[in-house]
Amino acid sequence: MPVTTIDGHTVDVDPEGFLTEYAEWDEELAEALAAQIGISLTDEHWKAIRFLRQDYADQGETATLRRISTVGGIPIKSLFALFPQKPAKKLAYVAGLPKPHGCV
Amino acid sequence: MSTDTAPAIVPSFDTEASTARKLAIICSKGSLDMAYPGLILANAALGEGVETHLFFTFWGFDIITRRTMGDLKFTPLGNTATHMPQGLGGLPGVTHMATSRLRKAIADLDVPDVPEFLDQIVASGGHLWGCRMSADMNHLTEEDLYEEVEGIISASDFIEKTEGAQLLFI
Repeated sequence: MPVTTIDGHTVDVDPEGFLTEYAEWDEELAEALAAQIGISLTDEHWKAIRFLRQDYADQGETATLRRISTVGGIPIKSLFALFPQKPAKKLAYVAGLPKPHGCV
Repeated sequence: MSTDTAPAIVPSFDTEASTARKLAIICSKGSLDMAYPGLILANAALGEGVETHLFFTFWGFDIITRRTMGDLKFTPLGNTATHMPQGLGGLPGVTHMATSRLRKAIADLDVPDVPEFLDQIVASGGHLWGCRMSADMNHLTEEDLYEEVEGIISASDFIEKTEGAQLLFI
């Protein structure tokens, strides 16, 4: 797996650029990851990111949009507004997690 | 925001090819098992930033008709993929039992039921269209349909709206 440097952090990533080590992520890095894909983080973004991080720690897999909405309480419409076009993947990228595997 | 070194790898989320992509799904079947493929694929496409239009026609009209959308059924009759003797499929109560089982299997995967799935597709930016001929044949109007259906349109209107789209017929 490749190693890359983002905003002074040396991190392991997969071939697409998603972080592969849960512990290598921190909130400062999230700001840098978001900036790479043209997003500046607001409190609303952070609510989704923190839910995703916590849920991954509890469940061992990245939550799908449906789970973020039903369990995390953030409406799907908001997720599309916060992370346009590909919310599940962009959110996972910024949160330093793998892409979700679930179909729905 | 400063980056010390140029990042080696950033996912290419918003390529021109992906943002220009458009998908049209024609849902022509109204059984529970045949409603889901269209809904799941629509949901997946929307999550990838693909503009998605669904056209509900013939039996598929049941998916957006308020009276039937929450009560679609599944029957093993004529479906060899259930690997049950075909004679069993026609016995009283078998469709009910098979439907309950399929509903439970779907719910166990945290996949929503049909009305809630339509909510999710609309919230994700999906477009729902009813077929004019199906509405006329069944004497139904927009009043009878799921409220987020954008309109009852003719087949040619749908073809026009989905110019350049990739198309799935289910």
